[in-house]
Amino acid sequence: MRVRKWFVLVPFMALAVALLAATAGARTTASTTSLVFGTASDPVVLDGPLVSDGESLRPIDQIFEGLVSLKPGSTTLTPSLATKWKASNGGLAWTFTLRKGVLFQDNTKFTSAAVCANFNRWYNFPGPLQNSAVTYYWNTVFGGFAHPAAGNPGPDKSLYKSCKAKGAYAVTINLTRPSSSFIGALALSNFGIASPTALKKYKADAGTVDSNGVFHPTGTFGTQHPIGTGPYMLKSWSVGDKLVLTANPRYWGKKPKIKQIIFKPISDNAARLQALQTGEIQGYDLVDPADIGTVQGSGKQKILNRPAFNVGYVGINQDFKPFDNPLVRQALAYGLDRTSVVRGFYAGRGQVANQFLPPLVTGYATKGVPTYSYNPAKAKALLQQAGVKLPLAVDFWYPTSVSRPYMPDPKKNAEAFGASLENSGFKVTFHAAPWRPDYLGTVQSGKAELYMLGWTGDFGDPANFLNVHFGAVNPQFGFNNPSLFKLLQQADSETNLAKRAELYQKASIQVMTYLPMIPYVHSMPALAFQKNVLGYKPSPVSLEPFSLVYYGK
Amino acid sequence: MLRFVVRRLLLLVPILLGLSILVFGWIRLLPGSPAQALLGERATPQTIAQIRHQYKLDRPIYEQYWGYLHTVGQLDFGVSISSRRTVTYEFAHRFPATIELALAAMIFAIAFGIPLGFLAAKRHGSLFDHISLVGSLIGISIPIFFLGLILKWIFAVKLGWLPSIGREDVLSEAKHPTNFYVLDAIVTGNGGALWDSIKHLLLPAVALGSIPLAVVARITRAAVLDVQNEDYVRTARAKGLPPLIVDSRHVLRNALLPVSTIIGLQTGLLLSGAVLTETVFAWPGIGTWLKDAIFNRDYPVLQGGILFVAIVFVLVNLVVDISYAIINPRIRVS
Repeated sequence: MRVRKWFVLVPFMALAVALLAATAGARTTASTTSLVFGTASDPVVLDGPLVSDGESLRPIDQIFEGLVSLKPGSTTLTPSLATKWKASNGGLAWTFTLRKGVLFQDNTKFTSAAVCANFNRWYNFPGPLQNSAVTYYWNTVFGGFAHPAAGNPGPDKSLYKSCKAKGAYAVTINLTRPSSSFIGALALSNFGIASPTALKKYKADAGTVDSNGVFHPTGTFGTQHPIGTGPYMLKSWSVGDKLVLTANPRYWGKKPKIKQIIFKPISDNAARLQALQTGEIQGYDLVDPADIGTVQGSGKQKILNRPAFNVGYVGINQDFKPFDNPLVRQALAYGLDRTSVVRGFYAGRGQVANQFLPPLVTGYATKGVPTYSYNPAKAKALLQQAGVKLPLAVDFWYPTSVSRPYMPDPKKNAEAFGASLENSGFKVTFHAAPWRPDYLGTVQSGKAELYMLGWTGDFGDPANFLNVHFGAVNPQFGFNNPSLFKLLQQADSETNLAKRAELYQKASIQVMTYLPMIPYVHSMPALAFQKNVLGYKPSPVSLEPFSLVYYGK
Repeated sequence: MLRFVVRRLLLLVPILLGLSILVFGWIRLLPGSPAQALLGERATPQTIAQIRHQYKLDRPIYEQYWGYLHTVGQLDFGVSISSRRTVTYEFAHRFPATIELALAAMIFAIAFGIPLGFLAAKRHGSLFDHISLVGSLIGISIPIFFLGLILKWIFAVKLGWLPSIGREDVLSEAKHPTNFYVLDAIVTGNGGALWDSIKHLLLPAVALGSIPLAVVARITRAAVLDVQNEDYVRTARAKGLPPLIVDSRHVLRNALLPVSTIIGLQTGLLLSGAVLTETVFAWPGIGTWLKDAIFNRDYPVLQGGILFVAIVFVLVNLVVDISYAIINPRIRVS
């Protein structure tokens, strides 16, 4: 019997010993020379033009720099690798004066030849890299390639025309048509300047195309040797485990205070929070709104707010009658109790949107914007005026399994909107679908009558909000409004910044008069950090330099 | 024996072929497309069409399947649509993490399950027996992710004894020649890294091993109850053999046969349980990889990953069948 007891106790004793020893050993030790940042996933590759996801762009932004940059925490353009720039020839030519004495991380010189090599690389991407899923930002901003594969946009659609070096430290970018949004877009990490030597040496664009037409990269530039001019450089990357950046000793600007930044992929939101609580990570992005109170109440961690740079809206598809009638769309606007939704479900982190553009963006109209305060009686009257029999039956779509910055709890928003619409002469039938790809597929293919959606800006320019959504026929909205399309194109082409702002204000008002959707919120996403992490400035467009971060007491 | 192994391995071919048809059809029946999953709000009809064209998703399904078989026949499982890394690379990179976790969970389940079941049987009807019965019911019924979160909250957040995420301290610079971290630490003679890896394994292994533990304990209990009333056990006792010899040579060895069957099946199931455990503990294995692939409609990863997992499942069961012969020489594999 004694032996049997001993036999049973062995594993329990082993576990107890393990736990005791674990308590004696140190848990993850936060070092003042390292900072661990929890991310939702691994980067795809560390090559800016080939990615569009935030988790790739975060480390890329530390390794590479563009010609221009944004002031930390704002959308104001500031010099970076270019010290100044000027438009000429009616906005068709942009000349940049380049910073001298800058070295790439492989010790080669940054010159005008490097700038042109990068622009020409992007413009000459081979067929498999021309896909929007790969080169989303080049497609969005510049729109065409020198040698397009079948079905892809060519030089006739391209905004970019050529790059001419003017000596070693000046360069002119020639465009095919005037555009002002282009300069704002150059601040994106996607257009960071890479070392031409490294691009060639590590075969950035080399690969094979398999029988399915899929590109297999064979070079190591984007995975092991991403070489830019930024304050940090890649030390190691173990996919699924961690990506380590180390301070660039040759950096031309202010030296980073923290020597090592580690990006640790933790896909589960609750796991990220717990890792912050245990001190295994020092910060993470996209905090679940439900966790904000926990972080704030901990005493050891803090919440930082990212300035509102998004819009949540109730979309209308005018292919569904009678929403092609402006009176019905106005009735819908008066029937949505937007103030209650924003007050009720955004925990003080949202402001009621009166137009599509967030207040930070150029072109935000401060006066003359039609307002649609919640007014059920007026909504019913407008429906009757439109000749609609009350109640008007509508299909209202909302997504499940998702929390977006502009829509933390879609179901609650939808139910509250549904209740206010039922009071305003509408009869609502709800439809729910998992966010992606089901819900987005339904909405974007024009199969949803009314739906909740939103947008977070890619860069600080109104074109990225208004032109993207309302600049051309879009099945999601199902309307054709040539005068609005023309106005938006005119605004995008205007190089005089004051005139451009005026045109966008006009367009913003026109959108709110025409009502292709009803905007209802601009919200502030949250980041969480240990209290002693200082210097992190949340950016509206998520371009946050870790080189400014340091540890306090 | 050899013929048996070869026959079982040959059976893999129709199994995998059938599975590939099922997986291929199933993921294409899911609504949505990789383009929408990749680009989210930024997808346009043009980009969706462009991606469908590039991945030949606009071709008839039989044509897509034939193309798929053709590339798989050349041992090319394609490239992940979302990460753009080859499926083979990702699998090889992540699989050791999952195997290490599954093994640790199984060791935990066996090390605790067999003694618990054995003792419960020996003390049949006692308080210990009742407690172990209730405990195993709880073990089976509690969701893994919930148990994982609770364990983390107690041992990592509140007590601060164990880490909550990953396979090693994030500041560790230990070398990983095989990607089996425990093995790597032993091979490289790095004691610190070994202890670090074990610390990181403890909570996920306990969470993942909770169901097999309960199952193993219950099956052991039932088997021991059954075996200890057999004539040969009574004879052994009558011969005056010490209880230890009777229990280990006659009772436990015979009782382990059904237990080993269950262990084999549970090892396969651990691979599915790993999906939840890996997500909760940020464990970089194939569980999180396949979960993300479902959300991203990453067809090549799902097709390749599920085939790989199926191969492992079949091989594990083959090993279990062979182990019967070792545990009980009366059985001859044929």
